[in-house]
Amino acid sequence: MKLTPITRRRLANFRANRRGFWSFWIFLVLFLLSLGAEFIANDKPLVIRYDQTLYWPVFNAYPETTFGGEFETETDYRDPFVRDLIEAKGWMVWAPIRYSYRTINYNLPVPAPAPPSADNWLGTDDQGRDVVARLIYGFRISVLFGLALTGFSSVIGVMAGAVQGYFGGLTDLLFQRFIEIWQGLPTLFLLIILASVVTPTFWWLLGLLLLFSWTSLVHVVRAEFLRARNLDYVRAARALGANDVTIMVRHVLPNAMVATLTFMPFILNGSITTLTALDFLGFGLPPGSPSLGELLAQGKANLQAPWLGLTAFFVLALMLSLLIFIGEAVRDAFDPRKTTAALSNQQG
Amino acid sequence: MTAAPLLSVTDLRVAFRASGGTVPAVKGVSFAIAKGETLALVGESGSGKSVTALSILQLLPYPMACHPAGSSIRFNGVEMVGADERTLRGVRGNRVAMIFQEPMTSLNPLHSIERQINETLFLHKGLSTSAARARTLELLRLVGLPDPEKRLSAYPHELSGGQRQRVMIAMALANEPDLLIADEPTTALDVTIQAQILELLKDLQRRFGMALLLITHDLGVVRKMADRVCVMNGGEIVEQAAVADLFIRPQHPYTQKLLSAEPRGNPLTPPDNAAEVMAADQVKVHFPIKKGLLRRTVDHVRAVDGVSVSVRQGHTVGVVGESGSGKTTLGLALLRLHASAGAIRFDGTDIQGWSAKRLRPLRRQMQVVFQDPYGSLSPRLSVGQIIGEGLSIHKMGDQAERDRMVARALGEVGLDPACRDRYPHEFSGGQRQRVAIARALVLKPKFIVLDEPTSALDMSVQAQIVDLLRDIQARHNLAYLFISHDLRVVRALSSHVMVMKDGKVVEQGPTQRIFEEPREDYTRALLAAALNLEAVKPQAVRG
Repeated sequence: MKLTPITRRRLANFRANRRGFWSFWIFLVLFLLSLGAEFIANDKPLVIRYDQTLYWPVFNAYPETTFGGEFETETDYRDPFVRDLIEAKGWMVWAPIRYSYRTINYNLPVPAPAPPSADNWLGTDDQGRDVVARLIYGFRISVLFGLALTGFSSVIGVMAGAVQGYFGGLTDLLFQRFIEIWQGLPTLFLLIILASVVTPTFWWLLGLLLLFSWTSLVHVVRAEFLRARNLDYVRAARALGANDVTIMVRHVLPNAMVATLTFMPFILNGSITTLTALDFLGFGLPPGSPSLGELLAQGKANLQAPWLGLTAFFVLALMLSLLIFIGEAVRDAFDPRKTTAALSNQQG
Repeated sequence: MTAAPLLSVTDLRVAFRASGGTVPAVKGVSFAIAKGETLALVGESGSGKSVTALSILQLLPYPMACHPAGSSIRFNGVEMVGADERTLRGVRGNRVAMIFQEPMTSLNPLHSIERQINETLFLHKGLSTSAARARTLELLRLVGLPDPEKRLSAYPHELSGGQRQRVMIAMALANEPDLLIADEPTTALDVTIQAQILELLKDLQRRFGMALLLITHDLGVVRKMADRVCVMNGGEIVEQAAVADLFIRPQHPYTQKLLSAEPRGNPLTPPDNAAEVMAADQVKVHFPIKKGLLRRTVDHVRAVDGVSVSVRQGHTVGVVGESGSGKTTLGLALLRLHASAGAIRFDGTDIQGWSAKRLRPLRRQMQVVFQDPYGSLSPRLSVGQIIGEGLSIHKMGDQAERDRMVARALGEVGLDPACRDRYPHEFSGGQRQRVAIARALVLKPKFIVLDEPTSALDMSVQAQIVDLLRDIQARHNLAYLFISHDLRVVRALSSHVMVMKDGKVVEQGPTQRIFEEPREDYTRALLAAALNLEAVKPQAVRG
């Protein structure tokens, strides 16, 4: 792909914001690592060699009888008896953390929540589950949820804003009033009521939050379309006989994308915070899901176990700060006044 | 020239820091201005004339800009390059004043006129409020602002462009400077206002014995105002001479090119009985003014008020008028790009009131070229895509055929067909305007509205575009509606002229007749202002 000079200048501006640039890479590495959470924190071994055969417990479920056990159910690899059986005829490779987000450590020396130890690096929560494992899975679900919500609400918001700004007049007036009323609805109460009617799953929550989050981009895109519809190149396209959809998509939208992209990291931040807040209140993801909000709630309920609250706080603070820094760098990148000020003065 | 000039610029260099090195903007410029003298810096956009002017007061964006060693600007014997802020502040707005091109953006929109002029008086003279007020009134009277007492509390948006420029001049004169730098002082103004402002500047200069450094691209202004001229090109002064000598015996080839660049040639002479392509009868565009609780329409702004026009095949109808006269709105209304009332006949069929869908097949035959070549091309599409868009909308030919047509259109407007994969920002203003013309031309239209296609361009490029347009017209027997405020261009291209004012046609007729024996006062005023830069009595034009 050939980079236009504008793109190149934007990349250079993004890089020039060192804090944002490094935040971007740190966040990317953390996110990619968390995508492979099953290989970092799991209560199943990654690979087993038993009786001259290789087994992949992460991908397939094997009954205990495979390894000479007694039950037809899936193997509990953490069971010392099973472990001895396997190791007698082969070997197994474990993930660095031998707990999944729902694994309960029954061998705790003290009642749960247990403080940090060599076994549970950040301790366990009040149900005896490893905090590190829950963090890794929780981070992943938060970011994925945030990305999905941001993506969907941007698509809807851009379309709604485009229609309002492009057609203007009565369409714009009615749509704007509708949005004002819609934004006036008490979102949280509605979510709580809806959450009591349906069992909230990942997709249900996404849909419910989407109902209210799509309005965030409308104003920016609408303003951009209002401005652009009077520009000469839009007039020229109309004079060529282009229809409205063509003009909107081909000629105006690329300009509105700048504003949209600048806003996106901040919307992502907002989405993650909303999910965390709902989880904290207990109206979020189904019980047992790894979630940062739930960890925060546990920290609040167990003040005697400060590692819970502190961990959740630091992880959230890190994640949100990284995203804000990235957002600032993106804003710099799209800022037309950066480095072009000197060039425009040359004319004359 | 006296022995000790007021301002002497010696080997001035300006460079801008950009990523990966510095870009030189001014490369060793030397000139001097004596007391009471007018020196004009002439050049096309990008020649470095504004940068030169700004560096006299050290107003460039330092440290993005820098002056390499050897540059010297001496004002009254004091070195300005690298002078400390204190010295500079003592000179800026006091001994040397500056007025800028765009009077709207160079006045602070949130401060009243009085406050803005008082500011300079407080800063440099330390006058009391009442003394400053009296002086401000005196200044406003001096620059010929009508009813200065009433205008004191006015804000910039309440004044017209010409009045704003007068206020700017009053501000500049507040401390009776020795040198006034005027950077394109009349470019943003209508021709009649331009003539008045130039007259005012000349008068004030005589009265105060100021030196004037005039920066302009307009040779007409130079001829009227300047004593000596420096011609700049590519950051260098290529020729320096007295005005009379320069216009009679230009030495440098660039100056010769600049002088010969004025649009010339005569309109084509197609047969008078050619088929009528576009005809409009009593076209009106009214914008309602709504007032009151129920937003009832109380009155209308009559942008176009009952204009009839007829354009025949191969003919060009010129529409001239000052800003706000409704000429652009008329063009858009004829193309049905703007709602209007009144019959609009294209090729004999009345297309008024047709839906966008019904109109679409006709769009191919009527095209438009806009004024600003920077704004009329989508910045994110390649030139090939821009030109080819109309072809794909009207489903003309297959992909290969379209490519051939785009290449042919590019060739026809004098661009290399190989450049069709490049983006608009890689082209100069004149080249972009060629692209815009190619976009219209590729559809093989019968009628093109040219909305000030040359006014955003440099003089030498203007002439080329005018020649190109005439050429194309002859080849394809096109009908043009040529909208312009520049009478010289209109004369070179149109066979018939309409003069518009406040939405109405003041006078119309064959070009020659209008130019040689105008019947209306307004037409006469416009012609005098545009062709000879003569100011006329204010009642004929808007102040």
